[in-house]
Formats: sequence, structure tokens, C-alpha cells
Amino acid sequence: MTAELWGIVWLSLKVGGVAVLGCLPVAFTLAWLLARGRFPGKLLLDGLVHLPLVVPPVVTGWLLLLAFAPVGPIGSWLQDWFGVSVLFRWTGAAIASAVMALPLMVRAMRLSIEAVDRRLEQAAATLGAGRWRVFASVTLPLSLPGVLAGAVLGFARALGEFGATITFVSSVPGETQTLPLAIYAALQMPDGEAQVLRLAGISVLLSLAALLASELIARRAGRGLHVL
Amino acid sequence: MSFDVDIIGRVGDTEIRCRIEPIDGLTVLFGPSGSGKTSVLNMIAGLIDPSYGHIRVAGETLFDEDWDPWNYGSMPAPKRRAGYVFQEPRLFPHLRVRANLLYGRREGAGLDVDETIALLGIAHLLDRWPRTLSGGEARRVAIGRALLSDPRFLLLDEPLSSLDRARREEIMTLIERLRDEVKLPILMVTHDRGEAERLGTRIVEI
Repeated sequence: MTAELWGIVWLSLKVGGVAVLGCLPVAFTLAWLLARGRFPGKLLLDGLVHLPLVVPPVVTGWLLLLAFAPVGPIGSWLQDWFGVSVLFRWTGAAIASAVMALPLMVRAMRLSIEAVDRRLEQAAATLGAGRWRVFASVTLPLSLPGVLAGAVLGFARALGEFGATITFVSSVPGETQTLPLAIYAALQMPDGEAQVLRLAGISVLLSLAALLASELIARRAGRGLHVL
Repeated sequence: MSFDVDIIGRVGDTEIRCRIEPIDGLTVLFGPSGSGKTSVLNMIAGLIDPSYGHIRVAGETLFDEDWDPWNYGSMPAPKRRAGYVFQEPRLFPHLRVRANLLYGRREGAGLDVDETIALLGIAHLLDRWPRTLSGGEARRVAIGRALLSDPRFLLLDEPLSSLDRARREEIMTLIERLRDEVKLPILMVTHDRGEAERLGTRIVEI
């Protein structure tokens, strides 16, 4: 593989990894609220979380652009406080990927939190465990397979992100040009077929590996085995 | 000093009334299924709250409808220190037997760890996963886990079901010992008249 190819793969992995890691606590909190919370507006929150799944990715990218532009609500704040902008940067690509991966991650985590037997939490409480200990020693370990499966699924989704990313941060080689964007760019070139073939092959392999990993984790969980 | 309970509660569509006068020893809660025996245990353990009344165990108030409003009249379950043996074992599936036993372990417990393990005959199970245990083995581990949390009182929900005859006899002897030597207040639910009459200091019908 050429250095250029490696660069693209590395950038994709970096964007996907950062997106998932950053998204993880947010997704888990949302999953927890949706699984266990009782509050007005829960249905609305559920809808908002799932919005990126149904809205055209271009629209999501455009909304991100509005929010993170130098005059946008988040963009101006970032500029004033940290002097940074995520536009045309790989961090912006990670944000777009995270937003697109969020619904999938929340879904998987929510299901696994809902599947935790509440009677075990009650047993822990009678044994003297306060809320945090119950959470850390019973709920979290028992929902961990779903959390990991959700993270892997989110990673796979992030690797394939195209529409929101290209709208939000454009296709800058070496900065925001992840695998799908590079494939698209190569397709525009007169003699890009060989490059498309290579990139597409890598893309399929990476996605397949992520999907298999997710499936394996889910299966282990299904058999009541322990991931850690 | 023992259970002093007078509660009215509601679980689903069933109204539950239970009154237990404070008498030392082991109280058997006896009654047909669906009469709310398990719900009474849940209320005493702090897992659900009754609507009215009071729950006191060994002189300590766990629930009182007239209590100060900051506590909502109810002591949280982890603070009640109930040794609750549920109808089903409820062992933590992600922890080995040893970790299950020590989950609620408090220093200064009345019972020694090794002694309890020997008494229940579960020494050979310590490194096993709960899903590999038989019903009787899981039951004994659940009893051990409750005893090792240094409980102030015991709640036993049909603790002898799913045990074979020999093991039943051993667990009954253990319960008698806890009743007579350790002097733990014990509230036990059973369907079996024979068990009730042998173990119970008195029987409360519900």
C-alpha cells in the first residue's frame, strides 16, 4: 500500500475511533435515561436521538454547519473560549460521524440496559449496596456486552459516514477525506478505477471486521457469558 | 425484640394487610399463594413501600407513615441490613460463587466466613459460576450471601423449597441455630405446615 492509502485508512480509523469514544458517554447516558428514566418529554428525546437515522445525512451535515460555523451558537463559543474551529478539520469529521453513529449506539445500549434483571439490583441493595455500587457492580457489567456491541456498530457506521461529513467539513485530502470521501473523489478522476477498487476493498474489509466483532460480542452475551 | 409490623399496602390490584406483634424468635408467614406474603417481605426489606402503618425490627424503625418528611418515612434498602433470601436465588451471574458470597460482606459479622461456608456445604463451589450450580446449590449460596452481610434480621422466602430431604434437614438445623444461638429475628414464608410448626415460634396467617 502507498503512503497516501495508509494516510486515508489511518485518518478514517482516527475519525471513527474518536467519534465513538467521544460519543460513548453521551450515548450511554441517553440510553440509561430512555431505559430507566421517567420524565415528561421522554418520547420527544427518543425521537430526537433517532433523528439522524431518518433525516437525510446532507440535512444533518447542514445543521452541523449552521451550529459550528464561526457565527453559529456552538462555533462562536468554541472560537471565543478555545480559539478553535472544527470546520474543514478532522475533528469536524469526527463530530459528524459521532452524530450519525449516536442512534445506533443508543439503541444497542438501551436494549442491553433494559435486559438487566432488576431483581439482581434489588438483591444488591438488600446486601447494602447504594445506588452507585449497584450501578458499577451489577448494572454496568451486565449491560457491558450491549455497550461494546453498540460501540463497534457505531464505529462501523462512522467508517461509512459520507453525506453529513462532506456537507459539514468538505473533502480535504489528508484532513477530512476519509475512506468514503476518498472513494468518491477517486471516482471523479479520469483514471481512478484502480484507486477506487483498492479503497473499496479496504472499506468492505474494515466494515466486515467491525460487524463480525459486534456479532461475536452480542452472541457471547446471548449465551450469558462474560466479556470481561 | 423482633418484628413489629402493621402495614397496609397495595401491589397492583391487591391490597395487602399484615400485622405482626413483636415476639422474639422466628415468625412464620403462612397463607395461600397470591395473598402477598412476598410483598410483605419486600416492604420490610425496603424494596417497596407500604401506604400506611409502621415497620420496626429489633426496636429500630424502618418505615413509619408519620416519620419526618426528609426521609419520606422510609429507610433506604441498603441501610436496613436485611438478610433477604429471595424465592429464586438471584445470584449475580457475572461473579463467581466466592464473589457472590462476599458481595455484602461487612467486618465484624456475627458469622465467620469459613464457618458459614462449611455449615452450608459449599466449600467446593467457590470457584464456580452461578449458572453451573444446581437449584439446591444456588439456594445454599444465596443463604450464605445473606448471612455474610451481617444482617440485623433475616427474611426467608420459602428457603427450603427445591432442596432434597437431607439438605432440607441441614438448612432447618441451621435456621434453628440462627434463631436460638445467634438470636436473629427471622421472618419466614412457607407453604409447608410441617416446616412452619417445627421452626416457627409463632405463625401469622395472612
